[in-house]
Amino acid sequence: MKPRIFLFFVGPSLFLMTLFIAVPLVSVFVQSFFVTHQVFHEVTTKSCSPGFMKQTCTESTRTEPVLGPDGVPKTETHFVGLGSYRSLLKPAAVKAAFSAAGNGIGDLLNIDFYRALRFTLTFTLVTLPLVIGFGMLTALALNNVTQAVRGPLIFTFLLPFIITPIIGALAMRWLFVGNGIMADALNGLLSQHFAILAHGWSLELLMLFFRVWYVAPFAFVIFYAGLQTVDRDVMESAIVDGASRVERLRYVIIPHLAPLITFVALIHLMDAYRVFEEIIGFSSQAHRISLQWLTYDLLVPDSSGNRAISRASASSMLTLIGIVILLIPLLRRAWREHLGRG
Amino acid sequence: MMKSITAALLLSAATALPAHAACAFKNTVPLKTISAGFQAWKSVTSAMQECGNVQSDMDQNFQEKEPAALAANPALYQIAGVANETLVPLLNDGTIRPLDALIKKYGGQLQSNQLIKINGKTMAIAMDVNLENLMYRKDIFEKLNIAVPKNYDEVLDAAKKIQKSGLVQYPLGATYQSGWNIANEFVNLYLGFDGKLFGDHNEPAIKSEAGVKTLKMMKALSQYMDPEYLTADSTYVQRQLQEGKIAMSNLWASRAGAMENKQESQVVGKIGMAAAPSAYPGGKPATAVWWDGITIAKNITDEQADAAFRVAMEGIDTEMAKANSEDVIWLIKGYEPGPLAEGVAASADAGAPPYPASTAMGVMQTAIGNGVPDFMTGKKSAEATLASIEDDYRTGAKEKGLLQ
Repeated sequence: MKPRIFLFFVGPSLFLMTLFIAVPLVSVFVQSFFVTHQVFHEVTTKSCSPGFMKQTCTESTRTEPVLGPDGVPKTETHFVGLGSYRSLLKPAAVKAAFSAAGNGIGDLLNIDFYRALRFTLTFTLVTLPLVIGFGMLTALALNNVTQAVRGPLIFTFLLPFIITPIIGALAMRWLFVGNGIMADALNGLLSQHFAILAHGWSLELLMLFFRVWYVAPFAFVIFYAGLQTVDRDVMESAIVDGASRVERLRYVIIPHLAPLITFVALIHLMDAYRVFEEIIGFSSQAHRISLQWLTYDLLVPDSSGNRAISRASASSMLTLIGIVILLIPLLRRAWREHLGRG
Repeated sequence: MMKSITAALLLSAATALPAHAACAFKNTVPLKTISAGFQAWKSVTSAMQECGNVQSDMDQNFQEKEPAALAANPALYQIAGVANETLVPLLNDGTIRPLDALIKKYGGQLQSNQLIKINGKTMAIAMDVNLENLMYRKDIFEKLNIAVPKNYDEVLDAAKKIQKSGLVQYPLGATYQSGWNIANEFVNLYLGFDGKLFGDHNEPAIKSEAGVKTLKMMKALSQYMDPEYLTADSTYVQRQLQEGKIAMSNLWASRAGAMENKQESQVVGKIGMAAAPSAYPGGKPATAVWWDGITIAKNITDEQADAAFRVAMEGIDTEMAKANSEDVIWLIKGYEPGPLAEGVAASADAGAPPYPASTAMGVMQTAIGNGVPDFMTGKKSAEATLASIEDDYRTGAKEKGLLQ
């Protein structure tokens, strides 16, 4: 293809990617170094608030915004450098945790960022092999069933993936909450009351289970499609050579599916590192939080209108860095595979 | 949920059809309102819509869009519903207008305790008060011969007896959901222990004896609750009471009406209302008084403001309050408090303080809401919890420009 035609084809996507990915990214990056806030001063005022059938008036020193000449509150923007990153990463508190008086890892995990990081990493790395494993198992199993029932079975296996994750998480939460069906059944089985959502570890298990249940169908569909392209001649010669089922899987099928496994792993790592729906769906904030939830919590204004945009930007930059670090080995692998093929 | 939304939509459509039914004038200026979506707002909004040309956005997360929507010029809404907390950003941004001239013209029906005055100017009109007060199962308390608890030590005693009797699944319920809800419970108790939230110049003062007492009391109370209490919001606790799963709760007065709703409550006529318990014997009720009210945007024409104010007055008139007297404790002239208001009246009479809404308090509430669960789950000691709340507050307040 001529370079001019090539440019003509990729031009629109390049433009849109710059507009919708690069520009916002740079903007967030810049915002993480600046803090903008209103200018406040202290004034003594009298304010009245309703009691029941009478009024309570109080005179107090209040902090009020300074208004500019046009009646709009004045704002100031400071360059804070890595200040927002520091208030997230809390290096001083980390140092204290590992000093003689500190509690080591226990104290570290009481700092929001590290608590979120711990959960996010566990969540990502534990679900990854499970998603690939279950996806592969179902694909292999289905590949060996008679053609007639394959269609309905594929449809059934895909169902979890069709459900909106937040709805799925809520539905699962209702099954396991207090007097939910599953909670009651489990309590009957254990013959004692155990509140699943009141313990961090059981909640975490449930969240892991939910993610695997939700994403495994995606891996399954990809692998199932891949299985249809396994070369029959190679398979038959493997059988003739006396390769067992396991050997055929190990030396023929898995190498054939390797690029797909890398692909599923890439997508899953990116998705799982941004775990968020589970936190909201299972209302796990008191026990488990994720990095994405941390960003969200900083970004959403409280009822008095405060939001920490700078820290939220820093938090999303840190999430981005985390994803990139996680993806490096897989990207290198994909690159090598690409070179190998070329 | 979906059912009630559809029902509400049908209802508002039905009331909107015979326009100007009960409105004293015909409104010709197109108006838009934004507010929370609970029952009181539904009643007020549909009364406003009777005047015609009123479009409404009711949303429980209204506070996330209201400041920006009013800061636009022209403002996207003319009438904005607020509570004491959500008034703060509008005042800070200067996006609402003083109402004194309009009150003189059209506000003859207003009572003086409805006027929210800041620096001598009326910035909002309150329509109702709301606070958390004790709701308890009269039948269970009578059966076990327990007196209505006046303070939290008595609440613990009563809870112990109720637990032993096995009459309900859990003796107590409370809105301890991590985040805003548990922060609110903390603030109620903390003020009840006469704690001070701030020192001078917005410095935090949470790390105090009252703070430790508050946390310990919350932990003691939590033993008698559903173990999943860290996910319990107001609706969850309301259902627990309605379904007879708990015997008492210090719950929002705006939820009292639901106890008597035959369609969803199994405890109709069995719920008693009393003052919020005090934190210690002889103290004032450990609950803060909230209000809901109406403001008018600044960035609109005077003609629009005129119409908006007149429509708002129709929304909060005597007729509406009488027709919807179960919704909430109205501050409106002509409303007669029924038995459901007893808890509010008793709490207010005994000196329940107003909720200390401010910009700094918003930052503090967030820090408390994210910090207290660590104590409840046993991850941190009381002192360490309070220290990290102060730490979080300082970070937020510095970013906001409140602290140097």
